[in-house]
Amino acid sequence: MAEFFAMGGYGAYIWPAYAVFFVVLAIDAIAPRLRRKRVLHEIRGKLKRRQSREATP
Amino acid sequence: MNPLVLWFHKIGSPPTFYRIAGVLAPWCFAIAIAVGAFALYGGLVLAPRDYQQGDAYRIIFIHVPCAWMGLFAYAFMAVNAFIALVWRIKLSEILAMASAPIGAAFTFITLVSGSLWGKPMWGTWWTWDARLTSELVLLFLYLGVIGLYHAIEDRRQAARAASFLALIGIVNIPIVHFSVNWWNTLHQAQTVRLMGPSKISGDMLWPLLTMALATHVWFFASLFARTRVGLLELEGGKDWARDVALAEATRERTVTQHG
Repeated sequence: MAEFFAMGGYGAYIWPAYAVFFVVLAIDAIAPRLRRKRVLHEIRGKLKRRQSREATP
Repeated sequence: MNPLVLWFHKIGSPPTFYRIAGVLAPWCFAIAIAVGAFALYGGLVLAPRDYQQGDAYRIIFIHVPCAWMGLFAYAFMAVNAFIALVWRIKLSEILAMASAPIGAAFTFITLVSGSLWGKPMWGTWWTWDARLTSELVLLFLYLGVIGLYHAIEDRRQAARAASFLALIGIVNIPIVHFSVNWWNTLHQAQTVRLMGPSKISGDMLWPLLTMALATHVWFFASLFARTRVGLLELEGGKDWARDVALAEATRERTVTQHG
């Protein structure tokens, strides 16, 4: 196992490269989820404001 | 209208595409992760050591698929940008703008992993050779498209301006691709070729191609997720988007009450 992580002495270069790969793609997957929540929240807010405007004569 | 055009119009309408993309996105994410894990097992465990580069070459299994995706995402963005500018199809505007951050992500990984590969093999993190420089220009083009899209208030005008920039940037694509043939510098020449035999052993090639498949599926997963949000944002005032927003609020309430 230790030999696997050492990668023939190149572990210090290989694992950071793979770490960047995973971290960047994780951000790529999470970003639209967060934005989706924000956008839906904004749509509901606009709808609420419009409804209260229409309710008051 | 002929049935194919009719079908195309139906798929291209925002609420329909929103629904279809919602079904496809989770499947694409799951398939990409499963195929990617399989490819990594092949690349990091099963594939033999390289006779020249030792284990350092194993960075290839992320570096090359990500580099391919950087170009693929750009081509996808440019085609949709062209459709958006000529036919003014809303869905194409959103698709073009959704592929920019994914392409930027893959290009960024390519540059960083390439740098981490260059240090032990070439003795330097960076050199201003044609391949590295044009790849950096590719990243800046992506960032330029994203920046321009967010700098303009009107969403549709912003998409058209950014689409125009994306089309101009196409000149860089052949430079990235052919740079290793045109200028002989530190970056090694193409290993995998569509035409003619690849210069790589089979037990290294299959994890590489499997990883390429995984990153392509990932691209579409992320694209669908991003396009859905883009469509909601653009059509926020329409009934279907409101229905989605209200249904989501009800779902969240039930989760907090029962969960």
